Amino acid sequence: MKETKEQIQSIALEKSPTGIKGLDEITFGGLPKGRPTLVCGNAGCGKTLFAMEFLVRGALQYNEPGVFLAFEETIEELATNVASLGFDLNELIAQKKLFIDHVHIERSEIEVTGEYDLEGLFIRLNYAIESVGAKRVVLDTIESLFSGLSNSNLLRAELRRLFRWLKDKGVTAIITGESGDKTFTRQGLEEYVSDCVIVLDHRISEQSSTRRLRVAKYRGSIHGTNEFPFLIDETGFSVLPITSLGLDYHVSSERISSGIPRLDTMLGGKGYFRGSSILVSGTAGSGKSSSAASFAVAACERGEKVLYFALEESPNQIMRNMLSIGIDLEFWVKKGLLLFHSIRPTFCGLEMHLANMFRAVKDFSPKSVILDPINSFIIGTNEMEAKLMMIRLIDYLKLHQITGLLTSLTSLQSATEQTDLGVSSLIDTWLLLRDIEIGGERNRGLYILKSRGMKHSNQIREFLLTDHGVELMDVYVGPEGVLTGNARSAQESKESALKLYSKLEVQRKQLEMERKRKAMLAQIELIKLEFEKDEAEALKIIDTEQARALRLAEDREEMGRNRQADAPNKESIETQ
Amino acid sequence: MNSNTKTSEKNLPVKSTGDEWVLRLYVAGQTPKSINAFKNLKAICEDKLNGTYEIEVIDLLVNPQLAGDDQIFAVPTLVRKLPIPVRKIIGDLSDTERVLVGLDLFQRSISNELTSNPNETI
Repeated sequence: MKETKEQIQSIALEKSPTGIKGLDEITFGGLPKGRPTLVCGNAGCGKTLFAMEFLVRGALQYNEPGVFLAFEETIEELATNVASLGFDLNELIAQKKLFIDHVHIERSEIEVTGEYDLEGLFIRLNYAIESVGAKRVVLDTIESLFSGLSNSNLLRAELRRLFRWLKDKGVTAIITGESGDKTFTRQGLEEYVSDCVIVLDHRISEQSSTRRLRVAKYRGSIHGTNEFPFLIDETGFSVLPITSLGLDYHVSSERISSGIPRLDTMLGGKGYFRGSSILVSGTAGSGKSSSAASFAVAACERGEKVLYFALEESPNQIMRNMLSIGIDLEFWVKKGLLLFHSIRPTFCGLEMHLANMFRAVKDFSPKSVILDPINSFIIGTNEMEAKLMMIRLIDYLKLHQITGLLTSLTSLQSATEQTDLGVSSLIDTWLLLRDIEIGGERNRGLYILKSRGMKHSNQIREFLLTDHGVELMDVYVGPEGVLTGNARSAQESKESALKLYSKLEVQRKQLEMERKRKAMLAQIELIKLEFEKDEAEALKIIDTEQARALRLAEDREEMGRNRQADAPNKESIETQ
Repeated sequence: MNSNTKTSEKNLPVKSTGDEWVLRLYVAGQTPKSINAFKNLKAICEDKLNGTYEIEVIDLLVNPQLAGDDQIFAVPTLVRKLPIPVRKIIGDLSDTERVLVGLDLFQRSISNELTSNPNETI
């Protein structure tokens, strides 16, 4: 089974890698080897550049020399044009890795009489191919023939022959063509070059331009069929097939602080997950940037790099503003741990922004990225594109284990639990900052709308911007509702007064008890004394009585003795 | 016709114009088109230029590197190197009138006919 699969693989279409960033991923390996590919698009969409990069990369990276047959530009013009991308054509020509031939067709200089064919072109092309041993050929753009020569039937027949000839030569060719009304090219070249068709597009929407690339056709191969944005910048052409990233990135269970201690407590006691995406949304002035700055400082204090994309304020303004609440960003900027990247969203198209951001992230390799705010990317009606861009950005950050903190401004009219960009489903931790208006005041409140994969507090906390940064306070929640600001402090003093009062009451009671106890003890003492007095008196009487009785008995005895009478017995005396 | 041969004929002094004609015919092998083109060209030159011309035939199959210099993409192509400006005529030169236009000889030939016809009858 495996063997047959390999066999099929080996007879399957061979591909010639273009070396253009991203394109080889979309086409799963490059352009069809040994076959012509049609690259078409409107004026200024980058056809020539695409073709030239194919040759230059082929020569430099894959050791495949190339021939560029230019119908529109001279060698000097081409060399100048691509020098801005860092390609030195003259050097490549000198090294015999590249052959450029300029085919100049000027209708006014040409008279046609009788039969002819394009053998001259074949010979030139063949000579060029042989002289450098070319494996790659570019014809840019062959349609110029149609403007120079009137006999289109003959041209078509010759072109058919040319493409056949190119295939027989086994060179991988790019034929460029200007877009037509309903066809890929004005002259219907797709009729002859039908193995692979790549459409380039350059669109302006809301005054910013976006370049797109689409593989319209790829005979004998699977390919990405979407429209992929692409860029032309100082490193050449790059297609951004980031939508193909998928969701199989590594996730970390490491936790990092949010920079606000009590917020960490709310987030299961440890803060955010590393590599997660955090959204801080709220109305204007609710403290989004401040919480972003707190996060940045916390990261810097851990010694991690932070990249701050400021989309609405200049770095200096942010630093000044944050200093007012005691957050010193400048210190970290000077330390080189914090980097501001200030860009106006209207400065260029979204794709360019995305690419710029990717490059900035790549160059600085931060552990955290802050984007403040994301909804400034929405200009007019490009919500869909902006969302796609955010998805790609978030995916990119996650893929690289970079914690992303995005802020989003929600307008007062729209629901607070909704971002303009609709990226909420991509967000792992979503903090909502909101204004609480009570008692003629406006106060900031914070709560965690969601936080994936951790226990988190469901409480609303008051969000204070103090001299020493962001602080979270408890919000008074009682029978009178949620209280914040002065109402909260009033309630708090009321409560403390009550507390004091009850404390005094207790003390008073205690004293009273003491007093009562003392009184009781005193009484007991008095009774005891009286008793003792009574007892003493009683004993005295008893003693006296006993003494008297004894005396009486003695007296009677004495009397008897005196009478000489017998001594009476005791009983008779006592009964007397 | 031999490939890459120079056919120079400078028998008579130039009468109507003072300059020399240098023509280059690019062909690719001895195809019927090439042969026709050479024949037609020769006839026209003989007829109109009174022998003050030079025809250079270049076979691109032998010298492909020469195709670039004169911006040849179709064959056969006739290039008028002199007198300047350079002009090109593509095809087998079967349409004499257009060849004359292309070589800028049409006006000249008419004027020649108008002025010289009463005297010369050839």
